[in-house]
Amino acid sequence: MNKTLLVTAMTLAAAALSAQAAARDAITIVGSSTVFPFSTAVAENFGRGGKFKTPKVESTGTGGGMKLFCGGTGVDHPDITNASRAMKASEFESCEKNGVKGITEVKIGYDGIVIAESKSGLDMTLTLKDIFTALAKDVPDASGKLIPNPNKTWKDVNPSLPDAKIEVLGPPPTSGTRDAFVELAMEGGCNAYPSIKDLKKTDEKKHKAVCQGVREDGAFIEAGENDNLIVQKLVANPKALGIFGYSFLEQNADKIRGVKVGGVAPEYDSIASGDYPISRSIYFYVKNAHVGTIPGIKEFVTEFTSDKAWGPDGYLADKGLIALPDAERKAEAQSAKALTPMEKPAK
Amino acid sequence: MNNPAPAASAPPPAPARRTIDIVNASLKRRYAREARFRFMGASAVFLGLLFVAVLFGDIVSKGYTAFAQTYIQVPVYFDPATLDPDGNRDPQTLANADYLGLVKASLRTLFPRVTGRPQQRELYALISAGAPQQIQTMVRQYPSVLGTTRDVWLIAGADVDMLVKGQIDRELPEADRRIKDSTLTLVDQLKTEGRIEQRFNTGFFTNGTSREPELAGIAGALAGTFYTLALTLLLSFPIGVGAALYLQEFAPKNRWTDLIEVNINNLAAVPSIVFGLLGLAVFINVFGVPRSTPLVGALVLALMTLPTIIIASRAALQSVPPSIREAALGVGASPLQTQFHHVLPLALPGIMTGAIIGMARALGESAPLLMIGMIAFIVDIPQGVTDSATVLPVQIYLWADSPERGFVERTSAAILVLLGFMVVMNLAAVLLRRRFERRW
Repeated sequence: MNKTLLVTAMTLAAAALSAQAAARDAITIVGSSTVFPFSTAVAENFGRGGKFKTPKVESTGTGGGMKLFCGGTGVDHPDITNASRAMKASEFESCEKNGVKGITEVKIGYDGIVIAESKSGLDMTLTLKDIFTALAKDVPDASGKLIPNPNKTWKDVNPSLPDAKIEVLGPPPTSGTRDAFVELAMEGGCNAYPSIKDLKKTDEKKHKAVCQGVREDGAFIEAGENDNLIVQKLVANPKALGIFGYSFLEQNADKIRGVKVGGVAPEYDSIASGDYPISRSIYFYVKNAHVGTIPGIKEFVTEFTSDKAWGPDGYLADKGLIALPDAERKAEAQSAKALTPMEKPAK
Repeated sequence: MNNPAPAASAPPPAPARRTIDIVNASLKRRYAREARFRFMGASAVFLGLLFVAVLFGDIVSKGYTAFAQTYIQVPVYFDPATLDPDGNRDPQTLANADYLGLVKASLRTLFPRVTGRPQQRELYALISAGAPQQIQTMVRQYPSVLGTTRDVWLIAGADVDMLVKGQIDRELPEADRRIKDSTLTLVDQLKTEGRIEQRFNTGFFTNGTSREPELAGIAGALAGTFYTLALTLLLSFPIGVGAALYLQEFAPKNRWTDLIEVNINNLAAVPSIVFGLLGLAVFINVFGVPRSTPLVGALVLALMTLPTIIIASRAALQSVPPSIREAALGVGASPLQTQFHHVLPLALPGIMTGAIIGMARALGESAPLLMIGMIAFIVDIPQGVTDSATVLPVQIYLWADSPERGFVERTSAAILVLLGFMVVMNLAAVLLRRRFERRW
């Protein structure tokens, strides 16, 4: 009996391997977990149309997605990668080296990163400088010398803030949200200190380390990748703050509210207009060489860039996407449909 | 009583403490020690049970609502002019007709007083994005509905579903909830007309996943789990039992087999993610096995369960008494016949128990599958081992990470289903052992 089983298993494996050589009929998408909710929504609607199979969307993170995407051309490699930042020059080069030439870059909109608190919370208003001073690993003292962050309460950070312990729940370093948060909020805040700002000219590496170092003494709590968990913890602890993507604030608006940063509340309009300081652009990249080989790529791009999807009233807006301004959206849609290859990024 | 003679014959004034006195003096303390130990043991068990109860209570209380789904009854006029303009019931035309428009028109007829674009958008949001599909299926199955008006129970949108299930607090100020006052009025009106109903959520078991919580189901993940586990068993069981049989019964006992044995025991303790990395490096990158498929998942999980099966099988083989082997050999069976005809059947219950426990572990595994691309959004239900698929634990992980409120209950419900399977598998292991195990 064992022999039959073994033979069956081997036949199965052999059959599978030979089947794999055949063409793939569904689009494969990889990349950022931030873009994942939007990409999957489009994929589902696209599949519902019935003409093509529903694309497979993998959540690999932006960097992991780029690596897979740039691995080469052919059915083994993904057709589209999502990114919560623009493609880097080094990634573009590795793509070219592996024969992936002709990549269409499509900017899909903005994603705001919110600092939120419970509805019964402290009702705070922060500046980027406050955020940096509260969460950095090292902060400059009165003389400008860097010392380990001594601040225990928000009042220590800024006398106008409430006298409550600093407790911020945020994503771990593996997360794209964390990258964006340290880049936009922390770095923005640390440049408010002239002594650190000057450092950038003399020692860029040190500047980056100081600005992007998050304290590890318990005031900043890494809460894992699960943003729903952070929301629950905020409700349980009204004195704590949490950091996550805008869509979680929108979905849980009955339990939590966004903290104003620099006087601007995280709302759809303020993120779209760029007034809210902690927001980033999100993208997807199409491998032009696969268009025509894998069925439906062009139609998928058309679906994604149609106003019923990514417009301000589209179904992606319901999922928390902040749409591009009208003119920019139109231009992006046009270049996406024409599959205009991108230039090499500057950095 | 055993030893009274010397003690009794000893001179009475002897002040030396007798053994019994020593025993008596420490007796109380020793009883107390035992009582303390018993108490600690009992409280540890109680604490453990309490945590399990809290965990289960939390999951069940969050998840049970997902087994019901809100439906809204809408009178739909199956307008032949829009659905089948040529009048020849061509399936192609019927498949591509504008069902979304039909649903919207039906809602407008139901609420003629709702006018203006924003208000109408709210009205359309009452019904799920899956409703057009529902109507399409209906028309395809019963083309005779064309030209008639029927009351159809359509799937409600996720927000309405949450409201009806009481998971959105309607006492909060309007700005704080996802459902606006105007929608509340619409829902209340539907309720008084008896047009809202909760039914058993069959879609949860028959649909693939979706971005819309009300349409999301676990069928895709279940099918993926089935293919993955079936193939895992097919690969790991024969190899594992064969390896155990060889190592236990045929292999010479020397330094090499000792080394192999130590290695197998160590492999059983290796974190599962390491097997995922191995799978990525070897199966995908070297052998080119397609990513995200049950095939590669099963290969990785088979590697992971092999040590468990080998160890359990060896223990089971070892417990078969040598007299069986000697008797078989004595009546002229070859060593191979001895093993396959006599030893293996007697060891099988133990082997099965080990295999089932190994499979139960594989069922709950998600970490190694993350490395090989099974953490993916896959709507279509996989039809074979080379289709892209995901498995139940990964589906739970993906849902737990979704912002939509409706996924909270679905996550817990999926956990319940997974736990159900776990319990069934472990129960099967226990029953097999009880039923077939022979004591010697």
